[in-house]
Amino acid sequence: MSKIHVTTTVNGDEREFLCTPGQTLLDVLRGELGMTGSKEGCGSGDCGACTVVLDGEMVCSCLVLAGEAQGRSVSTIEGVAEGSQLHPIQQKFLEHAALQCGFCTPGFIVAAKSLLDRNPDPTETEVRYWLAGNLCRCTGYDKIIKAVMDAAAELRQERTAA
Amino acid sequence: MPPTAYHAPETIEQAVNLLSGDASARPLAGGTDLVVQIRSGRAAPGAIVDLKRIAKLREIRREGEGFAIGAAVPCTALKDNAALAAAWPGVVEAANLIGSVQVRNRATMAGNLCNASPAADSVPALVAAGATCIVVGPSGEREVSVEQIPAGPGATSLKSGEFVAEIRLPGPAKGGSDAYLRSIPRTEMDIAVVGAGASIALDGNGTCTAARISIGAAAPTVLLVEDAGKALVGTKLDDAAIDKMMEAVRAACNPIDDKRGTAEYRTAMAGILAKRVVQIACERAGGNS
Repeated sequence: MSKIHVTTTVNGDEREFLCTPGQTLLDVLRGELGMTGSKEGCGSGDCGACTVVLDGEMVCSCLVLAGEAQGRSVSTIEGVAEGSQLHPIQQKFLEHAALQCGFCTPGFIVAAKSLLDRNPDPTETEVRYWLAGNLCRCTGYDKIIKAVMDAAAELRQERTAA
Repeated sequence: MPPTAYHAPETIEQAVNLLSGDASARPLAGGTDLVVQIRSGRAAPGAIVDLKRIAKLREIRREGEGFAIGAAVPCTALKDNAALAAAWPGVVEAANLIGSVQVRNRATMAGNLCNASPAADSVPALVAAGATCIVVGPSGEREVSVEQIPAGPGATSLKSGEFVAEIRLPGPAKGGSDAYLRSIPRTEMDIAVVGAGASIALDGNGTCTAARISIGAAAPTVLLVEDAGKALVGTKLDDAAIDKMMEAVRAACNPIDDKRGTAEYRTAMAGILAKRVVQIACERAGGNS
């Protein structure tokens, strides 16, 4: 089987890889590109652990074929922190103990960031609906929602101060 | 067998040639069903023809009074089109009940239609709205009503090499609007146990001048229940007319018993949901008359 040569942008850097026609973007991120932050929970778009942002929209990378990434822009959990400086959403997840096993956390953080990037002041209901495609089997969600609401408040303050 | 080729044509003609030249090729729109089916082994296309690089299929454009929605337009983009959301709120809401935000950023109404699940949320809304689709293939282009596409669970009436390129919605009737509701035991991330769509038009006196009622997950395919619409036309939607409409909906049901609901429950709920969508569509239509 001939492999497909793909050039794409991942977290701002141009990356190249070879993939098979049936390989998913998640397979390539975790395998060929060695970026194992995005997780495979269900592989069927139900759990959101593989959430990445593709050309500005959050998607399940397990449902995107790697070949589709040609010329696109992909943002993953690896691009959320700036060096060792955690993003406020990540910091608030720690402060609120919004994770236990941590498997769902990258997906939640990418999804929450996608929400706050477009809506800096969501209601709790909006946060809950936005994150409905991210499953967590440890926390019961409440701490996650509190962390996102708190991160939103902090980001608003940072914006006002800036 | 995993697919051996991935194609991303830039024109409809190229896509038709790729699909008609290889009987094992499948079109890919959002991929939220097809990619899962490939990975589980339920589908084994030899080649994948991605429609998302065809600019025309990524557009929502006005077509006379109505709308043409390309096969690669994701559900969330429908909400962003203010004219479409105002004209067909039921269709736009139905498409935005599917899956999660992640899924709706990829999933398309054409894909929802061609996946041919009897529980597809956008399909009853499209059927009630009187939507058609443009089917393209080796023998050219044809326009067929949406309800003619599903042939049974997972099966369509599309011929070899054909695909749905576009969904067309008419302009809403004067004094008309639509609605879709589904029954699920939670609020998000679920598949309709049963669903119903309605498109209703009222004259200035509140008399129903047109009505189309559809049901989902209540038969092997989404159904247009013509008798239910007929029960409403010419009435002021009084209790007797609504009861007759509900009876027609229940009579059309031919559901399965499964873990998500019994046939008896689905049949009873189809009538109730139909009543509710008629009420919502009428409230919306009142604002348009």
